[in-house]
Amino acid sequence: MAKPPTSSESPPRRVIPIKVEPASSLKAEERAAVLAACARLKELPGGLLPILHAVQEALGWVPPDAVPLIARELNLSIAEVHGVVSFYHYFRSTPGGRHVLHLCRAEACQALGAAGLEAHAKAALGIDFHASTADGAIRLEPVYCLGNCALGPSLMLDEQIVGRVTPERFDEVVSQARGSR
Amino acid sequence: MSALKVFVPRDAAARSVGADATAAALAAEAAKRGIEIDLVRNGSRGLLWLEPLVEVEIAGRRYAYGPVQAADVAGLFAAGFADAANPAAARHSKALGPTEEIAYLKSQQRLTFARVGITDPTSLDDYLAHGGYRGLAAALALKPAQIVESVTASGLRGRGGAAFPAGIKWKTVLGAPGDLKYIVCNADEGDSGTYSDRMLMEGDPFVLIEGMTIAALATQATRGYIYLRWEYPDAKRALEAAIQAAYAANYLGGNIQGSGARFDLEVRMGAGAYICGEETSLLESLEGKRGQVRFKPPLPALAGLFGKPTVINNVITFASVPIILDRGAEFYQHFGMGRSRGTLPLQLAGNIKRGGLVEIAFGSTLRELLYGYGGGSLSGRPIRAVQVGGPLGAYLPESQFDTPLDYEAFAEIKGMLGHGGVVAFDDTVDMAQQARYAMEFCAIESCGKCTPCRIGSTRGVEVIDRLIAGENASAQETLLRDLCETLTYGSLCALGGLTPYPVLSALNHFPEDFVQSERRKASA
Repeated sequence: MAKPPTSSESPPRRVIPIKVEPASSLKAEERAAVLAACARLKELPGGLLPILHAVQEALGWVPPDAVPLIARELNLSIAEVHGVVSFYHYFRSTPGGRHVLHLCRAEACQALGAAGLEAHAKAALGIDFHASTADGAIRLEPVYCLGNCALGPSLMLDEQIVGRVTPERFDEVVSQARGSR
Repeated sequence: MSALKVFVPRDAAARSVGADATAAALAAEAAKRGIEIDLVRNGSRGLLWLEPLVEVEIAGRRYAYGPVQAADVAGLFAAGFADAANPAAARHSKALGPTEEIAYLKSQQRLTFARVGITDPTSLDDYLAHGGYRGLAAALALKPAQIVESVTASGLRGRGGAAFPAGIKWKTVLGAPGDLKYIVCNADEGDSGTYSDRMLMEGDPFVLIEGMTIAALATQATRGYIYLRWEYPDAKRALEAAIQAAYAANYLGGNIQGSGARFDLEVRMGAGAYICGEETSLLESLEGKRGQVRFKPPLPALAGLFGKPTVINNVITFASVPIILDRGAEFYQHFGMGRSRGTLPLQLAGNIKRGGLVEIAFGSTLRELLYGYGGGSLSGRPIRAVQVGGPLGAYLPESQFDTPLDYEAFAEIKGMLGHGGVVAFDDTVDMAQQARYAMEFCAIESCGKCTPCRIGSTRGVEVIDRLIAGENASAQETLLRDLCETLTYGSLCALGGLTPYPVLSALNHFPEDFVQSERRKASA
């Protein structure tokens, strides 16, 4: 009777690597934040949006590498999660900016010179929308209505809405933000 | 002597022009002078050009001062604003007299906004003291079908824009079989020029909770969601605090006021997608998916959130329900004209001198609103165009300013009242650029489901660019009109279907703006 081959005499097994642990490129603390958000919220019906909000709140953005991890935790496909992240303007897939400045582009603000303010903002910061200043202080994003339509033009710095924004007021807001963490 | 009651709004609009600093300065100045004050952060009265509007209560009457910046506070105390009998205070340059006597406010019919700006939005006791939860008490004494009947009889139509009769929607949900039904509040107020939902949620969050609870009793629903846009963080805080207080006092939860009825409510945040204000895409978003529009049928009333029967209404619709139950359908129905019953909170915005919230019965005119309330443009130049009903609403020229504010009258002029936003533009506006923006906005916000909306909007921007550049203009205009027809009839929802409204109204009423550059070329 032939003896079953022992490990010492069999040729080395070929292992086809399967990436079982997604998102390995995230830093340990980023990974922990994503997992914590999933653990806390995944039982909610329709919990994906709350989870993405929690991830962005913790990390300042939704890293593309977090997507496979969230997909695994929610038992969704990576495509489904990516589809949701990319659908919503609010979720940011690139990092950058200690402060986020949302500048309103909608009609009520247009009626009070939003287009000129937008040109000023881009020139003053030296960036276009969806980008951050070189010092990493400000990220500029467009927004379509902040609900401050009687006191436009408006912007929102982090969670604070500022109304009646002139170019001078814009510069003040930015320099104050630069001075704070 | 009891503490002096001073009110400084915590409304986001008031905060956007310095209300927090004003409140801090008031507290500091009072402490310095040894005056004991009870500082209430109320909602906004809606006189937004006067924000921060400070009120002081003297002998049960509130006196207004505004706009009061932090730097003005010491001067107010020096003038003796703590004592209204003091004539010096009444003559102060910021003095506006008794708040309720201010003409802008006095001439309004505040039903839905009855408490906004008056009460402390964080205080359930204050809400109860000002007639809160009387509608729920009335509803608890009725059978579900009777509540629905009352809402139907009031003539209340959805205030989100589509103006569908609320009672009929509720009746469908009540009659739909299902062990689980949902009440969903559409608080994704994305239309530019509108802010009534925001003001209400920040200024009187309990009335929305009460309205949704009544809807739950009426349809035997047990779970509710408020889908709130992320741009409203202040409203989120206000709602969550109010929901917590309502749970603590058994106005939410497993045994509402001892009736045995259950209703659970939570706030969910949107993520910056205009399309999620469309009800079916909102439901998709609540389910954790891309906010893509669903085919109808099935109606959400029969198969809505997670496939269950769902009432989905706008903030103002729900918030109008408590007063209907409290005062009776007839009381509410008595306001308004034609098939538009009750009141509509209109919002004056854009280039307007006295922008703010004006809740009046249907039937007034745009002119009255723009000049009577609004006082003309902020810039002092003539008002040339007004966009009513958000980014999908028509641009109206002066010749249409006498149109009555009524759903049907606006439909007749190919416009819409929508959610009641009124955005004024002065004569420096370039209407060709406004038309171009309407197409651009549609391209940015399209959910991508229908081709006319997804691709037609981008083509629309290109055609308008060629039209205003004067490249074979008459052919471009034909093409643009043809494209608009495709959008109108080939789109599933209002985004693609109504984008032609602003585009064509700009083209039809202000054709001169589209030939400017051609003229310029000819004259060069």
